[in-house]
Amino acid sequence: MPQARTLTRPRVRGNIDLNIDVKKVDGMNAAKVFDIQLFNSFYGKKHVLKNINLEIYEHTVTSLMGPSGCGKSTLIRCLNRMNDLVLNFSIQGKIYYLDNDLYAKDVDIIELRREVGMVFQKPNPFPKSIYENVAYGLRIQGIKDRSMIDEVVEDSLRKSVLWDEVKDRLHDSALVLSGGQQQRLCIARSLAVKPQVILFDEPCSALDPISTAKIEELIFKLKEKYTIIIVTHNMQQAARVSDMTAFLMLGEMIEFGKTTDVFTNPKNKVTEEYITGRFG
Amino acid sequence: MFTTKQKRVKYLDKYFSFIGFVFTSLGLIVLGALIFDVCSDGLNRLSWDFLTNFPSRKPEKAGIFSAWVGTVWIMTSTAIISIPLGIGSGIYLEEYAKKNRLNNFIEINIANLAGVPSIIYGILGLGLFVRAMHLERSVLAGGLTLALLILPIVILSTREAIKAVPSSIREASLALGATKWQTIRFQVLPAAVGNILTGIILALSRAIGETAPLLMLGALTYIPFLPKNPVTFSKQFPFMNISFQGFLDYFTVLPIQIFNWVSRPQKGFIDCAAAGIIVLLVITLLMNAIAIYFRYKNQKEW
Repeated sequence: MPQARTLTRPRVRGNIDLNIDVKKVDGMNAAKVFDIQLFNSFYGKKHVLKNINLEIYEHTVTSLMGPSGCGKSTLIRCLNRMNDLVLNFSIQGKIYYLDNDLYAKDVDIIELRREVGMVFQKPNPFPKSIYENVAYGLRIQGIKDRSMIDEVVEDSLRKSVLWDEVKDRLHDSALVLSGGQQQRLCIARSLAVKPQVILFDEPCSALDPISTAKIEELIFKLKEKYTIIIVTHNMQQAARVSDMTAFLMLGEMIEFGKTTDVFTNPKNKVTEEYITGRFG
Repeated sequence: MFTTKQKRVKYLDKYFSFIGFVFTSLGLIVLGALIFDVCSDGLNRLSWDFLTNFPSRKPEKAGIFSAWVGTVWIMTSTAIISIPLGIGSGIYLEEYAKKNRLNNFIEINIANLAGVPSIIYGILGLGLFVRAMHLERSVLAGGLTLALLILPIVILSTREAIKAVPSSIREASLALGATKWQTIRFQVLPAAVGNILTGIILALSRAIGETAPLLMLGALTYIPFLPKNPVTFSKQFPFMNISFQGFLDYFTVLPIQIFNWVSRPQKGFIDCAAAGIIVLLVITLLMNAIAIYFRYKNQKEW
């Protein structure tokens, strides 16, 4: 395999460092992590995403909100190129990740997916022990140092607020955990490979309200260190956890802005109708 | 309270469950009768000597030593050849092969091959391994032929087992930055291994009863010797010798030995055949039991 270029370090074109494109979000200086420009995607001939423009800022929670089938999951799965697995999937337009063209030929997808972790809709722990679930990401990188793996496992489980519940049974099967615990284990698993960004694809849709509250609390904590993008069809959830909200419908970006603005003062009539519950 | 029509429907329901029960018991009764018949002829003949004697002209001295050792040799070589080939092809077709015409063609033909009569494989083995490759009527030629025979079954069951692994597991692994091969090696195969093993054992238990293809190769029926032991010990250095000469020796197998005895006129040989059938039955049932155990164990884990 050819040496992949590191995605963390911004590429310098000429002498201008394009990474330092600072925008103000909530009075903070935030750098752009993803820059999605005129992005279109297709399943075969079906046009799923239409001319999406979106910017994701560092250390913020951005929620992609909209009714089922609006393309929000498709969009988030483009950000770590999970859609590459889908037959007949094609794209047009650009996504930049820290100023690297995400769909350029020389992008190392393996490296990208280590940087951009993902938590799925249904908790999907591996049929292995709790410990092995978290350690897997390290093992596939060829890390064999026991004490280092132990440390990362504990650290990741602590960060995902699961440590106290499982510390005495790390070597039990992950499948005996409850749904909410399994989902937090999946979060711990993606934290273990030290990502920059975590994508949440409707992480709470299979969980009860108490587990949902725990995950949301966790997301709130995680944004200090990570950039978070969350897909949800639940408006209250978007309002609760996110700083920025994008509203999608039928593959089109209807509105994008600060969550408070989108919810209190929507610019678009369709958004207003959706959040006031007139449809959706 | 009920209309006559509703009564009739209820009656039909009972009637059909009764018919189903009768048909099921018919099959079991036939099997039971077979086992009873074989046991009444053969149980007396079963003894330690029967297992350790070579075949003989006198029925009371005849045994199945060369036959069951030959069966072990043939099964071992069949397994060694067909398992890696079958699993490899299964993984390739399920995980790597692109959906195009060539691969569709290959897939359809593998499914068809599973239904080809075994004698055809015998003719292929005779032409290819015995004659063209000059392997003679050796263990290797027999093993290769049976391996070809069960290869489609192994490939198909590997594919089914891999297909049964939920895609969420694959996605989880890939999303952590695992390569495709790492995902297959560390997640898909461990999850599928129970079903793959089940398929392999069932395929082998089919091969163990095959007579036609090996007869076609010209496997002998009277063999008063064993294939050369692969591992021999000696008092001199290096104390242990490994030899693959045995794979090129002549062989016979249990079904062929039984077939030979059945066709003889003496009553004594009929008893020998029955005893041989009992041994073969026990081996096959044991293999199936192991397969069922793996399937059961696998179901519990998911």
